[in-house]
Amino acid sequence: MKIIPKKLPLIVLFLISMHINAQQTPALLQKNAITIQGATAHIGNGSVLENCTIVFENGKITAIGNVSTQVKGTIINASGKHVYPGFIVTNSTLGLAEIDAVRASVDVNEIGSMIPNVRSLIAYNAESKIVESMRPNGVLIGQIVPRGGRITGTSSVVQFDAWNWEDAVIKTDDAIHLNWPNSFSRGRWWEGESRAYSPNKNYEEEILKVSYFLKDAFAYGKIIQKEKNLAFQAVQGLFTGKQKLFINADGEKEIIDAITFAKEIGIKEVVLVGGYDAYKITEFLKQNNVSVIAGRTQSTPIFEDDDYDLPYKMPKLLADAGILVALNPDGRMERMNTRNLPFYAGQVVGQGMDKEEALKMITSNAAKILGIDNDYGTLEIGKSATLFISEGDALDARTNLVSKAFIDGREISLNSHHTTLYQRYSEKYEMQKQ
Amino acid sequence: MKNALILFILCFCNITLFAQDYFPKNDGVQNTNHNFTAFTNAKIFVNPTQIIEGGTLLIQNGKVLQAAKSVSIPPNAIVINLEGKSIYPSFIDLYSDFGVEKPKRSSMRGRSPQYDPTRSGYYWNDHIMPETNALTTFKFDDKKAEELRAAGFGVVNTHLQDGIARGTSALIALNSVVNDSERILLEKAAQHFSFTRSAAKNQSYPSSIMGSMALLRQMYYDADWYSKGNSTTKDLALEALIANRGLISIFESKDKLNNLRADKVGDLFNIQYVLLGGGFEYENIAEVKATNASFILPLNFPEAYDVSNPYQAAYVSLADMRHWNQAPTNPKVFVENNIPFSLTTHDLKSPKDFMTNLLKAIEYGLDKTKALEALTTIPAKTIGKSAELGNLNKGAYANFLITSGDIFEKETVIFENWVQGSPNILKDKSQKDIRGEYNLMVGGKTFQLSIKGDASKPTAEIKQDTTKLKSKITYTKDWVDLSFTSQEDTYRMTGLVSNHSANIAGRSILPNGNETSFNAVKTAVFLEKEKEEKEKELKKIEIVPLTFPNLAFGNTNKPNQENLLFKNATVWTGEDAGILTETDVLIQNGKIAKIGKNLNGGNARVIDATGKHLTAGIIDEHSHIALSSVNEGGHNNSGEVKMEDVVDPDDIGIYRALAGGVTSAQLLHGSANPIGGRSAIIKLKWGENADKMIYKNSPKFIKFALGENIKQSNWGATETVRFPQTRMGAEQVFIDNFQRAKEYEVLKKSGKPFHYNEEMEVMVEILNGERFISCHSYVQSEINMLMKVAEQFNFKINTFTHILEGYKLADKMKDHGIIGASTFSDWWGYKFEVNDAIPYNAAIMYDYGLTVGINSDDGEMIRRLNQEAGKTMKYGNVPEQEAWKMVTINPAKMLHIDNRVGSIKEGKEGDVVLWNDNPLSVYAKAEKTVIEGAIYFDIEKDSQKRQAIQSERNKLIQLMMDEKNSGEKTQKPTRKNPRDFHCDTNHLEE
Repeated sequence: MKIIPKKLPLIVLFLISMHINAQQTPALLQKNAITIQGATAHIGNGSVLENCTIVFENGKITAIGNVSTQVKGTIINASGKHVYPGFIVTNSTLGLAEIDAVRASVDVNEIGSMIPNVRSLIAYNAESKIVESMRPNGVLIGQIVPRGGRITGTSSVVQFDAWNWEDAVIKTDDAIHLNWPNSFSRGRWWEGESRAYSPNKNYEEEILKVSYFLKDAFAYGKIIQKEKNLAFQAVQGLFTGKQKLFINADGEKEIIDAITFAKEIGIKEVVLVGGYDAYKITEFLKQNNVSVIAGRTQSTPIFEDDDYDLPYKMPKLLADAGILVALNPDGRMERMNTRNLPFYAGQVVGQGMDKEEALKMITSNAAKILGIDNDYGTLEIGKSATLFISEGDALDARTNLVSKAFIDGREISLNSHHTTLYQRYSEKYEMQKQ
Repeated sequence: MKNALILFILCFCNITLFAQDYFPKNDGVQNTNHNFTAFTNAKIFVNPTQIIEGGTLLIQNGKVLQAAKSVSIPPNAIVINLEGKSIYPSFIDLYSDFGVEKPKRSSMRGRSPQYDPTRSGYYWNDHIMPETNALTTFKFDDKKAEELRAAGFGVVNTHLQDGIARGTSALIALNSVVNDSERILLEKAAQHFSFTRSAAKNQSYPSSIMGSMALLRQMYYDADWYSKGNSTTKDLALEALIANRGLISIFESKDKLNNLRADKVGDLFNIQYVLLGGGFEYENIAEVKATNASFILPLNFPEAYDVSNPYQAAYVSLADMRHWNQAPTNPKVFVENNIPFSLTTHDLKSPKDFMTNLLKAIEYGLDKTKALEALTTIPAKTIGKSAELGNLNKGAYANFLITSGDIFEKETVIFENWVQGSPNILKDKSQKDIRGEYNLMVGGKTFQLSIKGDASKPTAEIKQDTTKLKSKITYTKDWVDLSFTSQEDTYRMTGLVSNHSANIAGRSILPNGNETSFNAVKTAVFLEKEKEEKEKELKKIEIVPLTFPNLAFGNTNKPNQENLLFKNATVWTGEDAGILTETDVLIQNGKIAKIGKNLNGGNARVIDATGKHLTAGIIDEHSHIALSSVNEGGHNNSGEVKMEDVVDPDDIGIYRALAGGVTSAQLLHGSANPIGGRSAIIKLKWGENADKMIYKNSPKFIKFALGENIKQSNWGATETVRFPQTRMGAEQVFIDNFQRAKEYEVLKKSGKPFHYNEEMEVMVEILNGERFISCHSYVQSEINMLMKVAEQFNFKINTFTHILEGYKLADKMKDHGIIGASTFSDWWGYKFEVNDAIPYNAAIMYDYGLTVGINSDDGEMIRRLNQEAGKTMKYGNVPEQEAWKMVTINPAKMLHIDNRVGSIKEGKEGDVVLWNDNPLSVYAKAEKTVIEGAIYFDIEKDSQKRQAIQSERNKLIQLMMDEKNSGEKTQKPTRKNPRDFHCDTNHLEE
């Protein structure tokens, strides 16, 4: 076989993965210490360490520093390369659906309106080919969120290299999710109404329903109940601060209504999701200590009159105002597109955001918002060795070339359904040439 | 009172007069009445430009006998003195559904689609109903007639407003006192057409505007063929169409682009449609004029949006705000451009709004004479009834209005509307104006009475010294009823207004119950001072300027071609020259004139490009932006439709794509069927019209499609009746169509009579290599199949677009000789057939030596095609310059425009982009996007536009607030449904 040099790594990969089936086998626990040497380390908190040495053992980072840092175990020479904390996606539906158009493969929206007791975790498919395709781009952790109804259910946070959901979970039942009503609604065109959006007559009433539900749930929690109400029980964590409430709202009025409502009702921790108009009311959000999962940066503006780059720069407008920002993958074909999460962050760099600040949105900020920042989100001693090595700048597609990735110190496979087919057909043409 | 009685008698006489005189009569004797009626001392508008002051109008038997300064009045004439009053010909509405009930929409929910017609003996498409005669279902509607007469109308042209070919209308006089035998002026007045499907019919085809256009074209071709006696079968619809050829054709367009589209269809068959406009014509008036059509214009001016809530105001687009501000100028703009038009009540909530809106149009500059012409002589001429309608010459119908004065003044009252010599009294013209100041003496006390307001419905204010008293006045038929309360004492009185005195006197009942008389002595006449001042304030109408296109980010002036010298750029040539650093590029007369170091551009505008990257403009092989409609899914072959017909130059997506460095795009038909429609290849010349965007001498393309979409796999459980439902069936569709096309061509060339079929003409072009296929494709089996079908018919597939499994058969595509493969960078997982779609696809195909492109199929991704090309460096290690070619010269090659665009090469068209960074990077921003030397996007101009949008919004919001505060009606804020077209956008659902 005549091998052209360009194809060399490919063929090596091919040989390594020959025995692997459709899904990649989850990696074993870290046995030996590993040291990454000489890399540019992007810590995830805004700082960068050049020519950095990182040591991790038993899944935790035990040392990080300059060349004088004591090396240990297997040494990976990463000079000229970049190390990043594993990227974290918030408000994701990864693993809840495989093929958008095949209904049987979709478990995203349960029916019902107030269904906080519906839990994403048990439906999360750890063997999803879509999830697997996240890893070669550095996306290693995600919050998996049910989306149907008004109160949509309870999310959990998982890592992306596991045999099943139980092995995958990082934080169980971390948050409750609420789709705030819209003050504008589209006409029922199938009944002859205009297709345009106009003020929603039921807006106040829809809010009242949420209000009644949560007030009831709050009262319910005051005593020990003999007869259980699964829905009320599912939201008790909101009142103790154990769980956060993620509210999806876009309009200025909706955001103000939603945050005011949540505070009034006694919910401790609120995260705004989407928040298209959030940039107009940053002071209000700061006063209320609300962090924002800003809408997909690579999307079109909602309004004709909007700046063409409004979604591109939205996170920057919020971050510049001092708000804690993560990025929302929600949108058309969101699951398969989530591997572009690093580029969603990179898009904001094009608008003038500092690269390390942009990185925070998919690492430390996301970890803080999910409440997993004790273990994940930055390259710091004591934290999980969930990180990867990229040949170049991981926020730009040209140079996002992940050569090694670790979750809790376990070196995970970077193969996927895609690399398998890539190898198979590259091989086909190689064989034809002979 | 007396007059009214006489008129009543008169109209009774007219009934007997006009009743069918050969009908037997069993309820009395045959009284005849040929008396005359003379209206004297009136200002008579014989027509809009011929006016007689103090003239006499003489009518008899429902027709005008004479209108002149001096008329000899026959002795048996009833004389009505109209001193101080005016007579106008009554109005004609050419676009009405008067008395013709519209069919109800039939629901398709939960039912299988219907692809075949339901009728037999008629045309193959249910939406073509030229045989419809409005009179078949006509029922004179007294209530509606009364409303229309109150608005000044005497005659309407009514038709069943349903379907694409709608049949004929009837011309009806709004005469309630006779029957249809006299009211029907023309039983077939005009033919009517539209692009809108019948609400009552469910046949799937057509489901798009371009489909409606194609159907109309084919209908005319078929009629021609049928009229020559070629058909062996009966088609009553075509027979009706042929029989009605002599009538004028009125087309319901109701859209500024559909105006042009309808005209284009008409031009092909030498038919000049009269177009029903939509009210947006002021935006593209030059194109409107070029149609040479006469128009029927609605006065559907939008009410101001209620913007008092700033959150809600944010939902209203600048374009919608502008339309509120600019729409009332529409008729004026027609006059300025010398385009003939009539006016209609169509699209108004009620005919009552007609005069209000007409006065508004006049306030916004419409000339009064032209307004009157648009309501009388022009519609009369359009419908071919100039002699009898729209004027008061001898022989015309006695259809006229009696008014208190200038009919286009707010204060003017229409007293009477005569139709065919029958009077209809709207307001008592003999009623005196009693407004003014009075001393009211009653029961020994004196009060100050002030009567004001509307002359026919005045209001009263009564004061005792300075105390205002609660009072009520009614004034009907010369009688005044007045009551008021003074210190809990109620005075009631009633009196007859005298013709001889300004005072009012009569009977009153005092609080104690005693009856006495009262006397109100007029001390001063009524002055409308306040009102005039108020109106003067309102007269300051501010109209914001148009932009091109007329929405946010439109251009105040269309970009001009300039000579440009880019200095010191990193130039990505896309040619063998590769990337040139510190290089100058000179664009002259729209072409790339020179590439080199230290160029002298003469008078060219110098743009410092130091540290920046200059590339050719991006070309998207697969886009659906800038289209009014995407899919014609009503047939499995829709080769007859043309995307060039439905290019929408007003899509904000164009501007946004320019901001992403895109200069050219192929606008493809969707993938709803195996054989789609013909493409439009455009340059993104934001601000120009559709024709100017479409490439001159454009290469001819057509969309084909394979896989799930054409099988309707994801369309729901009811969509299982259109062939094909499998990939096996797809092959048969292609073979069948090409086989038929071959046979068609043989027949056509044989010289024997043949039936012109636009769809087959297109298939023949493909067979002859004159039209290229861009085929939407996913899995390898069917891709291979299509190549084999093509080979069987001796042609080649030009482009496989999407081609997500292209990596599996790069070898076979190369062997076949495709020109290019245009794919997504990394899409997959959205449907079953993209399960094996891999982001390495482009790289493998490139490695194998195919010409590879990266396309968008998406209004968002088109903005970032540069980055998408960059992804091929990650997925498969494609070299930087080759990656760049995938969005420039490679798609240009696929589109056969690579001799003109796609790279920076001397002699090519000056379509270039200046980037602030490596263009393949996610960090790069386009700073200037240039097409043929004209700058269509400039990041600095963009930031100025943003500010201008904000300040214009503020201004319009202020104007709308003023409107609301002055008591005008408003509408709730709305936001139009945003468009986001993809391959699988279904327009029946849209």
